[in-house]
Amino acid sequence: MSHQSQTPRSQTLRALLPGDVGAGSGGDVQTGGVQKAALAEIDASCRVPVLFFFLSGLGWLIAGSLLAIVASIKLHSPGFLGAWEWLGFANVRTAHLNTVIYGFASQVSVGVSLWLMCRLCRIPLPAPGLVTVANLFYNLGVTVGVVGILRGDSTAIEWLEMPRYATPILFVSYALIAVWTIVTFRLRAERHLYVSQWYLLAAVLWFPWLYGTAQVMLLLEPVRGVVQAAVNWWFAHNVLGLWFTPIGLASIYYFIPKVIGRPIHSYYLSVLGFWSLALFYNWNGMHHLVGGPLPAWMITISIVASVMMLIPVITVAINHHFTMLGHFGKMRQSPTLRFIVFGAVSYTLASLQGVASALRSVSEVTHFTHHTIAHAHLGMYAFFTMVMFGAMYYILPRITQREWPSNGLISLHFWGVALGIVLYVVPMSLMGFLQGTKLNDPTIRFLDVVQFTLPWLKLRTVAGLLLVVGHVAFVGNVAWLLVRMFEPYRKPVVRILTGEAETLAAGK
Amino acid sequence: MTMSYGPLLFLGILLTLASSWVGLVLMPHRQLGSLTQHTDTNTAAIFPAARAGEAQQGAEHYRSLGCVYCHTQQVRPEGYGSDLERGWGRRRTVSRDYIHDRTVMLGTMRTGPDLTNIGERQSDAAWHYRHLYNPQITSPGSIMPPHAFLFETRAIGPSGRSTNALVLEGAFAPPAGTEVVPTRRAEQLVAYLRSLKSSGDLPEAPVKKEEAK
Repeated sequence: MSHQSQTPRSQTLRALLPGDVGAGSGGDVQTGGVQKAALAEIDASCRVPVLFFFLSGLGWLIAGSLLAIVASIKLHSPGFLGAWEWLGFANVRTAHLNTVIYGFASQVSVGVSLWLMCRLCRIPLPAPGLVTVANLFYNLGVTVGVVGILRGDSTAIEWLEMPRYATPILFVSYALIAVWTIVTFRLRAERHLYVSQWYLLAAVLWFPWLYGTAQVMLLLEPVRGVVQAAVNWWFAHNVLGLWFTPIGLASIYYFIPKVIGRPIHSYYLSVLGFWSLALFYNWNGMHHLVGGPLPAWMITISIVASVMMLIPVITVAINHHFTMLGHFGKMRQSPTLRFIVFGAVSYTLASLQGVASALRSVSEVTHFTHHTIAHAHLGMYAFFTMVMFGAMYYILPRITQREWPSNGLISLHFWGVALGIVLYVVPMSLMGFLQGTKLNDPTIRFLDVVQFTLPWLKLRTVAGLLLVVGHVAFVGNVAWLLVRMFEPYRKPVVRILTGEAETLAAGK
Repeated sequence: MTMSYGPLLFLGILLTLASSWVGLVLMPHRQLGSLTQHTDTNTAAIFPAARAGEAQQGAEHYRSLGCVYCHTQQVRPEGYGSDLERGWGRRRTVSRDYIHDRTVMLGTMRTGPDLTNIGERQSDAAWHYRHLYNPQITSPGSIMPPHAFLFETRAIGPSGRSTNALVLEGAFAPPAGTEVVPTRRAEQLVAYLRSLKSSGDLPEAPVKKEEAK
């Protein structure tokens, strides 16, 4: 491919392509006296820590999926597993949220962002052993936290349910990872910064601040009255907007140009998209409290900021989708692209749905209903998780130097989760809207509204089972890939990754 | 290019979050963090009333059992939703209503009804016990999980049925010769539920006088 050549690119093109595009097997490009590392060397340095983050993340994904199924069944069949207090609906639902958010999504995010940061800075990960230790510590924290929730020690503060004997462990690990990402950034050999790096840096700086504030003001020295609700939603909404979203967008910005071998649509839109997200997203949280017992100015300011989110969302949508224009055919060959583009489109949809439901007139109906649950899964799953799956399809063969063993399992994974999440989000969004309309009509008995939701909740369990099928297929493929690490390397016969800009053998 | 200049990027990243940290965390804390009870000048009634120890214990069970995931504790204003029409309150709730809550559990989901004023709407402890033991007894068609683990099924003693034994009939009755009694946890939880009342007259949220319809 043309961009694989070693000729220096023009300044304009440099801004539009990830810094490791065009890097071949040699590690000899000199910039300001710092040697840029070969890609294979970078991948090798990331192997152990990134594998630890991915594998433990996937372990939590399976656990979290099973908890989700139990919670979903319990909501339409309340007697299911009813004898065990620790498996009560609230415990299982909360354990589900915390395993998939802190166990799965955050860990895979860290794995992806460490690898991306090293690739874009063109240096091997410094002291990978330290990162591996942070991972072990992190998993200890999640385990203690989830067991605590199942024991009934949940704080009942949404997105911050892990008891306070678990959260400091997580905070220390997060801080360690953040510091290490910044150290990697400071040591960079590639002086040019690509848009993905802005988002990654922002995410690692923002998250410890959010998490630290929430811990102090809600768990250690709880603030008084409804200030708790304000801090709670400032934190919880920003976990999505300032931690997962930047890492998801960084990945989309990296993998689309990388796989299709084409620069991003517009540099200026990427700058506008980044700073408008930084300015507006962090003011959004109070739209979770529309109609609630807080001063109107707080809620109004969040609604305004939510509407302003149209700027970064539309900017990023133009930038991503226009880059893809004319290249959708490549999704057939590249599993990475298939998942990433699914995620990129979902990001646009989730954001627009989010803007709409922040409006007072819409929130009056959708607030307190399953519409919000559907929206959360559109954002966290159809957008973020799909992007992370796409990233792992790219990274895992490179850090293990092995090709994906089964094409069939990749298809099963994609179609299982793609159909599953559509079957989840579309009916649940609609049902939530109808549920809200009925709740707002005082002539309809409350229990009749409950009965109305039952068939839809059963459909949700079916959708959840499809997601589980996809997850099992993926984990099976990953396990098979790991088994192959112990076999001697041979040139793969089936080339699933045909069409991706960089071949596995690039670094040898 | 400026976006390749690390320090500027750092500064921008930190300043943007600092803005909402001041605006949505520190400012509300200053405005609302020191609200106090209100004393009615005519009746000398104090709102919101402090919670008794038993009910305070119950709040911890409410938290631990995760009731907040299906029940809200906030009444929306008149003309916004049907909270008042459904009888969930006589006025909207305001910040001052929550000053005694160790954990403020406004909730975000109404799988079950709002509980802001459940103590006023349903003051009968026996109803709460039977409802918690198995919601189908009092609310057929409910999807609330049974909380039988908050109760003890035991043999009826020589002095006959205990005074606090649940009145259970038909399919819900325990085996002959046994009775179902609430544990301490159930008692504290019900004390908390019965303490939930946010309908005192407040200057910022007056109760409408012609409310009795």
